[in-house]
Amino acid sequence: MSPPFTINDLWAISPEMVLTTAAIILLILDFLLPPGRRAVVGYTGLLGIGATFAALGASAGVRAEAFSGMYLSDPFTLFFKTIFLLIAALIILISLNYLSVEGVDQGEYYALVLFATVGMMIMAASGDLLSLYIGLETMSLSIYVLAGFLRKDRRSNEAALKYLLMGAFSSGILLYGMTLLYGLSGSTNLKAISRTLAAQDLHNPALTLAMILLAAGFGFKIATVPFHMYLPDAYEGAPTSVTAFMSVGPKAAGFAVLLRVFLLAIPSLQGSWVQLFYVLSVLTMTVGNVVAIAQKNIKRMLAYSSIAHVGYLLIGLVAGSPLGISAILLYLLVYILMNVGAFAMVILLCRQGLRGDQIEDFSGLAQKSPLAAATMLIFLLSLAGIPPTGGFVAKFYVFGAAIKAGYVLLAVIAVVNTAISLFYYMRVAMVMYMREEPSPITALSPSRPLHWALAIAILGILIIGVYPGPFLGWAWVSLTGLL
Amino acid sequence: MPIEYLPILALIVLAVLFALGTLLMSSIFGPKRPTPEKLSPYECGITPVGTARERFSVKFYLIAMLFIVFDIEIVFLYPWAVVFRQLRLFGLIEMAIFILILCIGLCYAWKKGGLEWE
Repeated sequence: MSPPFTINDLWAISPEMVLTTAAIILLILDFLLPPGRRAVVGYTGLLGIGATFAALGASAGVRAEAFSGMYLSDPFTLFFKTIFLLIAALIILISLNYLSVEGVDQGEYYALVLFATVGMMIMAASGDLLSLYIGLETMSLSIYVLAGFLRKDRRSNEAALKYLLMGAFSSGILLYGMTLLYGLSGSTNLKAISRTLAAQDLHNPALTLAMILLAAGFGFKIATVPFHMYLPDAYEGAPTSVTAFMSVGPKAAGFAVLLRVFLLAIPSLQGSWVQLFYVLSVLTMTVGNVVAIAQKNIKRMLAYSSIAHVGYLLIGLVAGSPLGISAILLYLLVYILMNVGAFAMVILLCRQGLRGDQIEDFSGLAQKSPLAAATMLIFLLSLAGIPPTGGFVAKFYVFGAAIKAGYVLLAVIAVVNTAISLFYYMRVAMVMYMREEPSPITALSPSRPLHWALAIAILGILIIGVYPGPFLGWAWVSLTGLL
Repeated sequence: MPIEYLPILALIVLAVLFALGTLLMSSIFGPKRPTPEKLSPYECGITPVGTARERFSVKFYLIAMLFIVFDIEIVFLYPWAVVFRQLRLFGLIEMAIFILILCIGLCYAWKKGGLEWE
């Protein structure tokens, strides 16, 4: 009997194996260490991420389908795995001090972050609906627990419960779509589905239903507009570091599988899903931006802003061209840096007993700490899309791809939306710079790891903003094997 | 359409008819001599104590979860034992890794006090 898989298959999943081992080691380490030394667990987690990165580099040359097509190892996978590791590293850096401030300094936190990252990596690498779903649940289950990590805080519990219920619901919708797709094509392998559907009647209503259900299921994960209701509450209640994680991790992973499934499995339906995503994109960015104006809590504001960004990202998918898709990848990279950066600033304001998450809490920050205010300003400028930040470059390529593909109206709507978004981003800047008296509760809780995360985020944004060539080139190369 | 599924439909109909028929027959022809013992609910042969709708400790929840983990382990171990000869060393290593991960889980639960009742 031949073995179920060969050593080459193991090479393809070596980054996941290393990261899983690291997460398990963190669990053991957690109860070997005396209480109060939990930060060591976090630093070990960073080491684990470094080791995973090395394994990723070592296995990067292996371009293959592992486990009979369940698992793809191509440049697209590599790009997403790299940004997931970047996310995990940034999240651990911003959490190290924050957890002790909130009084939940427990080692499981870091293990859960790593397990969620493993799930995301499996999602990005999956060439089969089954492995995709396993990755999705590995990620989601870890994040449900993380969202409720402040066990004694009612809002954290509420966030976890809402996220769990909506997540379970959306998984159900997604599974139903997958079932229909399997029923129509007789396979769960994405490439096999694409081959079978190419020979079929595309006007089958069941096929359209499958496509809509898949779009809705993924829509919940990346929070497009009709499926976004849970998001602001979940973001507001969860611990701020977890909110930062939720706002970038599942979204990037959701986009990875969205692109993979729609471009690889059902490209024959492109005519239909372009219309679907056109509408979703316009709704998502408009609702996200308009509702963000009314928010007083900065976490809620950033939640609606992240909804709006998903709207911009979908424009690239509507354009559908290699330029549009590579623009999505570049946008995701910039989005991760600027969003984690903005949440890291909220963490900087957080102190024992005070959450520091009202926009008013930023008042007078420029007098108290000019450097902190300037840092926040750069993140806000980048979120709004103003040069010389990465946010501008990312928006430029996404909108440019839409115009090149002939969707001029969509690009115009997006630009109008950007103008709306400028209002609420700049209001935070105004509160920081124009208010005379500093807010009595503006107190900084700086720590070295947090500074590191902020430095990485701000340098990344500025470098991409000034010199985007190599990054766009990287995104472009990552598409080989997908389109 | 799927004509090959017809036997399954026939089996379902037959099963329902058989179950209903047996119940009907025994209620018509069976002897009925009830005693208090016969009418009391069956609790492993012991005289019933109290009502069944009692509140019980939430700690059972944790026990049940831990139980499921090791129940699943057995579910995997049986088929593995059946095909052990074909899988050879590969199967042994694979199962060792699986059990090792479960053991770490057990240690974790133990250390966190998951096995303590108080």
